[in-house]
Amino acid sequence: MDELQELYRQVILDHNRNPRNFGELPDATRVVAGVNPLCGDKMTLYVKLGEGKIQDIRFQGTGCAISVASSSLMTERVKGASVDAALELFDKVHELLTAAHDHEPAPDLDKLAALGGVREYPSRVKCASLGWHALKSAVADEGKSNVTTE
Amino acid sequence: MMATAQRHVPQLKRDFAALRKDFPALQQLVHGKPLAYLDNAASSQSPVAVLDAMAEQQRRNHSNVHRGVHQLSERSTAAFEGAREKVRRFINASSVAEVVFTRGTTESINLVAASFGQGLKSGDEVLITALEHHSNIVPWQLLCERSGARLVVAPILDDGSLDLAAFDALLGARTKIVAVAHVSNALGTVNPVADLIDKAHRVGAVVLVDGAQAVPHTRVDVQALDCDFYAFSGHKMFGPTGTGVLYGKRALLEAMPPYQGGGDMILTVSFERSTYNALPYKFEAGTPNITGVVGLGAAVDYLEGIDFASVAAHEHALLERASQRVLREVEGARLIGTAPNKASVLSFVVDGIHAHDLGTIVDSEGVAIRTGHHCAMPVMERFGVAATARASFAFYNNDDDVDRLIVGLLKAVEIFRG
Repeated sequence: MDELQELYRQVILDHNRNPRNFGELPDATRVVAGVNPLCGDKMTLYVKLGEGKIQDIRFQGTGCAISVASSSLMTERVKGASVDAALELFDKVHELLTAAHDHEPAPDLDKLAALGGVREYPSRVKCASLGWHALKSAVADEGKSNVTTE
Repeated sequence: MMATAQRHVPQLKRDFAALRKDFPALQQLVHGKPLAYLDNAASSQSPVAVLDAMAEQQRRNHSNVHRGVHQLSERSTAAFEGAREKVRRFINASSVAEVVFTRGTTESINLVAASFGQGLKSGDEVLITALEHHSNIVPWQLLCERSGARLVVAPILDDGSLDLAAFDALLGARTKIVAVAHVSNALGTVNPVADLIDKAHRVGAVVLVDGAQAVPHTRVDVQALDCDFYAFSGHKMFGPTGTGVLYGKRALLEAMPPYQGGGDMILTVSFERSTYNALPYKFEAGTPNITGVVGLGAAVDYLEGIDFASVAAHEHALLERASQRVLREVEGARLIGTAPNKASVLSFVVDGIHAHDLGTIVDSEGVAIRTGHHCAMPVMERFGVAATARASFAFYNNDDDVDRLIVGLLKAVEIFRG
């Protein structure tokens, strides 16, 4: 597979075309606006927290395929997960996006391993990480309401 | 008299295929494919003449300017001031006193906002347009915050051209500064600057023209335009980054307070009071970018050898070819900016494919374009898009570059739509 196919795998293209958990979440307990100043991409992440868990999660906004697919895959994966598990996942994804390219993705990443294609495209790492930074901020104690990739 | 009549006038160059060979960066492969460099509005490549002039300056002449009595400093000063005279002639300023070297267009505009802007007060207005680059918006916003003046924005029409009726209506006795792009970096719109300057002068406003996108494509004559300030960058006209020019009318520059303090801009310094150097040095505090300016001078020499009428025709043909092919062959493509008078910029979006994805995919074909908001977020907002893909042309581009862009875009469509 060449680098471009590695970046635009079917799972990425599919989640870009049909993003999961897309839209507002009226009963969200945390709302975080994420901005990628480099490209002007904007996303809003809605999280409903309760009993140490992500009860529900949605996002909306505009962005490139990598950014939309990454947020979509993320919401699919962390919906119903504990806050601790979500934070642990953040670290694994962060490592996946930034590690050297012979690095083996953590085996439990499953579909999220598809995001690893951005490693060959340093300028696109921020696209893939925007939603994840918003998630971290939403579930962390301080619950900041704005994040940027800068 | 006979000698004058028979004087050899060098033929201006218009063989663009031959000129392309002067640019080493264009001779490389990217991802195994010949580079098609279509990001000239962001930064243009340099010809060998510029690279050699800078290498020579660094290798043999490196020293400080204006204060050494030794040979190297004499050479550096001559090269640096020689570049100033080249720039003066290039834009037809009446004196080298009116040519201030800066780091780039952005610094040139900030200089005017900070220095000339000290004369503004509450109730005054600064009039800009809705198609400005951030660097011709934010310095004026900062000035307005400091002074209490008001920032007024003339809108643009759906095709990306300036709404002239609205501009006329917004221009008035309160208008102290009009700051306007000669050519829009995001849309390619060419503004009727001579006309705008004339109108502004009738209400007593001074006019700053952001010429960053104009200078590489058209001959600018600051006296014919009668602009008060004209700002441009070296790296968009085939020179190095970190160089720029502020042209200002002498009387205005004379009356303006210094911008930054330091060496070179002073005559005498004591702890009670300093006196300032003559123009243009009053505005050039600190050791300048000597090697960069020498490169800029070489870029001016290079451009002086080219027939600009042919450049305009060549670039217009490329723009037409690219616009038509993108619209005809790339399903879902839409042009952003369709003003009747456009220069060298093709900004577009494709349904269902974000500009960044287009950029990455065409890059895999060796095609360099810019994607994003082009430092013109209000323009993106005006057209209801988050980002556009932008191909921008220079005289060294050719039909093959355009064809390669289309190949890259079709590849993106294939990946995204299967």
